Amino acid sequence: MSAVIPIQLDQGCSDAPVLLERGQREVFCGLTGIIWLHRKMQDAFFLVVGSRTCAHLIQSAAGVMIFAEPRFATAILDERDLAGLADAQDELDRVVQRLLERRPDIRLLFLVGSCPSEVIKLDLSRAAGRLSERFMPQVRVLNYSGSGIETTFTQGEDACLAALVPVLPISIQPHEPELLIVGALADVVEDQFARLFTAMGIQRFAFFPSRRSTALPAIGPQTRFLLAQPFLADSARALEDRGARRVPAPFPLGAEGSAAWMQAAGAAMGLSAERVEQAIAPARQRAELALAAHRALLAGKHVFFFPDSQLEVPLARFLARELGMQLSEVGTPYLHRQHLAEELAWLPAGTALSEGQDVEKQLDRCRALRPDIVVCGLGLANPLESEGFTTKWSIELVFTPIQGFEQAGDLAGLFTRPLTRRQLLAA
Amino acid sequence: MQLTLWTYEGPPHVGAMRIATAMREVHYVLHAPQGDTYADLLFTMIERRTERPPVTYTTFQARDLGGDTAQLFKDAARDAYERFKPQALLVGASCTAELIQDDPGGLTQALDLPVPVIPLELPAYQKKENWGAAETFYQLVRHLAVKPSGPRAMGDKPPRCNILGPTALGFRHRDDVREIRQLLAQIGVAVNVVAPLGASPQDLARLADADFNIVLYPEVAHQAAGWMARHLGQPATKTIPIGAGATREFIREVAALAGLDPDHAADLAAAEAHSHAPWYARSVDANYLTAKRVFVFGDASHAIAAARVAATELGFKVVGLGTYSREFARDVREAAALYGIEALISDDYLEVEAAISAAGPELVLGTQMERHIAKRLGLPCAVISAPVHVQDFPARYSPQMGFEGANVLFDTWVHPLMMGLEEHLIGMFRGDFEFHEDAAPSHLGGPAAAAPPAALIDVPAPPAAWAPDAEKELRKIPFFVRGKARRNTEAYALSKSVPVITVETLYDAKAHFSR
Repeated sequence: MSAVIPIQLDQGCSDAPVLLERGQREVFCGLTGIIWLHRKMQDAFFLVVGSRTCAHLIQSAAGVMIFAEPRFATAILDERDLAGLADAQDELDRVVQRLLERRPDIRLLFLVGSCPSEVIKLDLSRAAGRLSERFMPQVRVLNYSGSGIETTFTQGEDACLAALVPVLPISIQPHEPELLIVGALADVVEDQFARLFTAMGIQRFAFFPSRRSTALPAIGPQTRFLLAQPFLADSARALEDRGARRVPAPFPLGAEGSAAWMQAAGAAMGLSAERVEQAIAPARQRAELALAAHRALLAGKHVFFFPDSQLEVPLARFLARELGMQLSEVGTPYLHRQHLAEELAWLPAGTALSEGQDVEKQLDRCRALRPDIVVCGLGLANPLESEGFTTKWSIELVFTPIQGFEQAGDLAGLFTRPLTRRQLLAA
Repeated sequence: MQLTLWTYEGPPHVGAMRIATAMREVHYVLHAPQGDTYADLLFTMIERRTERPPVTYTTFQARDLGGDTAQLFKDAARDAYERFKPQALLVGASCTAELIQDDPGGLTQALDLPVPVIPLELPAYQKKENWGAAETFYQLVRHLAVKPSGPRAMGDKPPRCNILGPTALGFRHRDDVREIRQLLAQIGVAVNVVAPLGASPQDLARLADADFNIVLYPEVAHQAAGWMARHLGQPATKTIPIGAGATREFIREVAALAGLDPDHAADLAAAEAHSHAPWYARSVDANYLTAKRVFVFGDASHAIAAARVAATELGFKVVGLGTYSREFARDVREAAALYGIEALISDDYLEVEAAISAAGPELVLGTQMERHIAKRLGLPCAVISAPVHVQDFPARYSPQMGFEGANVLFDTWVHPLMMGLEEHLIGMFRGDFEFHEDAAPSHLGGPAAAAPPAALIDVPAPPAAWAPDAEKELRKIPFFVRGKARRNTEAYALSKSVPVITVETLYDAKAHFSR
């Protein structure tokens, strides 16, 4: 194994040119977000208004997650709905009525727009308003769009959270700053962060989305929010519209990212860097210890990212800086320069960045570069493996807890496993 | 609007993808929004294909809608032709593109490509996956099969047939084709073309060279076979060779169509077949299977065939029969009448669950959905039909059809049932203090085991105690790795002489073992 490659920290990629591509995109639509959001928000139900394709997509993506009573469903549009739009609203009322009778435990219902419902301009916000009036206070009905024409994969969570922001209660506490962590995290990660905040001495903090819709966090002008995920552009804007202020920070991936993220939280709440460092030191040391073993295997290896979740830039930064990997290309479906400013500054200078996709051309580039590991979706992974590439399928990076210090080793492990496996099978 | 929790079938364009992916030298250009590419992973993951499906999507987005989506389609079709150089191009729209009303067929004609372009009209708001597959295959055959100039002559050459219906993502299609090919070789019938699985457009052009057709999967091939009967004068088989009895019937039917002696053909095939299932079913060991109550649900062909095997070859009692394929509802109703029951025609899995609960079966034969239903109801279950998960695209040879298929069915359906002797023992010794349903298996040493003998060897130190918050944290770890996390943490605590395991210890141990 080669030694750690020195990283040029002087310039980063803040102003680096980005290859903008249009063409076939091999990505999920925002409906897929329902799969993790419904596990996070335990009293919410997601009703997609769409076609059989939408139902089939969620089912295929949810795989084995067949529950006795799943908390998502599809109201499949049929010909009658398309022929006369007038009764589509009545139909929706009927479906929602039936659904809520069967699931009296539901407190929050999302009407989720899809490509068909957007194209025929079915007004789901009007429906949500009307149904909310009818079922409040037992059930609140909101709407957002997870359509493929508007959202890519994790942007579905962004759209969902942005729809929730207007109904967050107003914080009555006028002066002291409050910290809001934005973005769905695994419960175990959330609890780790909560413990660290408490150790730092932060008392007023909350997570959004909350586990139950009856315990939504309050916000106001004294709220400082810290993004836990890089794909929350609309949610951030909605929070800012309500007076909250974003705390700029890199994302909590890896020991370094998590430390910087925690430091940003502490600074926003008026804590000294020393105090934060003291609180996070044991966890940070553990993370660095856990990473050391993986570095030996990953350092110097080339990694190529196909666009998927917008997590690509922070992940690439983590792999390059903490594990010494070389970045062949970092593709992202959408590059939010402002939210990623800290991340871009940390990327090795000269990193090839691409936004959007023309999948055939990107595959050509990937084949020409012959990276050691390709991060891509499930539609590409096996075909690339059969061409002799080692792949890491990217959805796992969204479904697995990867944030924070205690997960840093696991995150590196997700990249070492395919390489180790290839070695084992070749032996 | 129909409230749907889980669907048995995808939209019709997924059916078209199954045809395109099954074939060679065909490319499908699909006008579809970003996100519809999810369907690729059905092929690359569930069927573990080593190549991407031959499908190009336009993946239009909201910003494209104001502009020229028609131009987008034309560009995609031209680029796809240039890159893949297929012998034929399929073009069509998914559900959303159907609404924006670009005309894929017309747009591609205007490109004037030097290969046949076959436009697909798949009404996404009325029809489903199997219909889409059948329609696509029919359109391909209709466009590409070359009609013979003169009447067919049955000459000296061996009789020839086409095998129709196997597709990508078909339940055991790969092995069924191999089994049926073998059977045909034994009775002296040559195979002209297998389609769509493995066929190219050039192969479809010579479909008319066969004397007759074998329809393996009516859900996919009935429409094409009907057209070929009318226009190419090729008769087709009707028997689905699932089960030993149906296989023998199938051989006689094929022999008759091929102009061979049916009795001789059946003898030839049976003599060479390693057909164990009929004897296994007669052996005394299988006595306990008699009149076991079985509920059957799946696509129409597999459900009808399974019910017949269950009733006539295994001696089960069929207490429920149903399908999600509305196109074949009549056939399933007729079959159900044979068992004196009412057929269940539904694509609502909650309705199926209710019917299963009501019928009180001892075995469920169904799809992936029924597997989950049976798990919830605590019933044994075997999978007989699509939709299926990755484990039902097995690495081993595992047909459903023919004599080997009958062997596979016997094993697959009997395995989930408790063995006869075990059943007797449970009945006889129910309530015995060490032999009841809650007792742990004896080889694992249940709590009933007496206190361990006095310490003759070094007693290991007791594991460290868990602090309540650490125990709580442990519960957050997914159950399938929790045991390992617990063992590792305890071993770590022991090695460090930590008396009480705290949350810190838990994560210290995690970091320690991740090295």
